[in-house]
Amino acid sequence: MVIIDHRPIVKLRNYEVKKLGVNSDMHKFANPTRFMKIANAIFPYISIACIVSLVVGIYYAIFNSPPDYQQGDSVRIMYIHVPAAYIAVMIYMVIASASASSLIWKHPLSDIVARSSAPIGAAFTFLCLITGALWGKPMWGTWWVWDARLTSMLILFFLYMGYMVLLNAFDDPQRGVKPAAILALVGVVNIPIIKFSVDWWNTLHQPASLFKMDGPSVSPQMLLPLLIMIVAFTLFYMTLLIIRMRGEFAAAKIRSLYISGALK
Amino acid sequence: MSPYFAVIKRDLLLSYRQGADLVMVLAFFLIASALFPLAVGPDPVILGRIASGIIWVLALLSVMLSLDRIFHNDYDDGALEQMEISPQSFYLIILAKIIAHWITTGIPLIILSPIIAIMLNLDNDAFITMILSLAIGTPILSLIGAIGAALSLGARRAGLLVAMLVLPLYIQILIFAISAIDASINNFPVRPHLLFLAAILAAALPLAPLAAAASIRQAFE
Repeated sequence: MVIIDHRPIVKLRNYEVKKLGVNSDMHKFANPTRFMKIANAIFPYISIACIVSLVVGIYYAIFNSPPDYQQGDSVRIMYIHVPAAYIAVMIYMVIASASASSLIWKHPLSDIVARSSAPIGAAFTFLCLITGALWGKPMWGTWWVWDARLTSMLILFFLYMGYMVLLNAFDDPQRGVKPAAILALVGVVNIPIIKFSVDWWNTLHQPASLFKMDGPSVSPQMLLPLLIMIVAFTLFYMTLLIIRMRGEFAAAKIRSLYISGALK
Repeated sequence: MSPYFAVIKRDLLLSYRQGADLVMVLAFFLIASALFPLAVGPDPVILGRIASGIIWVLALLSVMLSLDRIFHNDYDDGALEQMEISPQSFYLIILAKIIAHWITTGIPLIILSPIIAIMLNLDNDAFITMILSLAIGTPILSLIGAIGAALSLGARRAGLLVAMLVLPLYIQILIFAISAIDASINNFPVRPHLLFLAAILAAALPLAPLAAAASIRQAFE
């Protein structure tokens, strides 16, 4: 005789999750569908705010800020270079924290955040290196010097490359997620080296003038457009991230449709 | 502790019996270093200036080429999985395998390096510093390399992948080692650079086996 188990598959309800002591607030947002609902709702505001702040920031940077007393108009490269550098490092930290939460709590969402952020971060690192080279030519007289900050930014670029290659190095696309997460965490050692390289070593690159203990040492007329550009770049990253995450979800859906045989 | 030494003994015995692997790595170190005098010209002054860089870059590459020895064979024949499910601490087993790798790669490179240094006309004052920097640096190369080797288990074209993962992490070690050797050539204090290297070693020794063990575990899932 065959005994058939008629009990339903156990499904935890929200209050039961709370009873188990799981932090349900965090898990609420870890649900991909719910997250995308919120993300889609705020998407128009973020993208519009991004466009507005980019336009205002570029206007200030090009027309309404003073030229530097030494560098002249070429100082305006700073308004792209510094935000790009900041966002490149910040995205790496986002990837590292998402990887940590993916390894510890196995959130499906954090994998997708990390995976979608990596090409954006690599692009900003590249932008930072390129604008740095364009700025270095008139100021230092050379496109590139092997100084500590430039080298550590280049290593960051290599780390992004390695991360993306490892993510796609396996035949099963899910297989690369964990190795890439571990690599992202190992690569975090490079972040303090980037931050403090200009303080530890005597280099050509100027020391930090924005994020300092005793406040920024940039003149207020330059600080305002710089801060607007940093906000604009952050919003730009968020906009791109939501678009890329939508793409990832769509790709996952298409994959499952292929597997189920609905698509041929 | 005895399983720990048993793993070291086993890996040493394996690499002794497959002696060709070890010889090939050392032969690569020698042959590649012989390319430089042909490429940049035999001028002893130029060679002496770049000797420390050549030795260290080739040491990096030799260690990198030998990284597949640490885990890949044991992964393919299932021995690594048996070690993982054994009641012994997997962390210590990994550490033992890394130490065995260093004994079979790092130490021969250190022994061979003075010969290459003489051939490339490295400054005589820098010999001790070069050997010291290799003695502190090559264990770090094995430790970090083990993470890369573990991450690439089961990947397509694992050899190239390991290079992409490991070389960016090797750059910092290269910088400190070269600045130590340059300091001794120019009669500057060598100690701070070597202490920096030793600090990296002290951090990598407990942390790298942890990351390597985690990446091997997920390869079995």
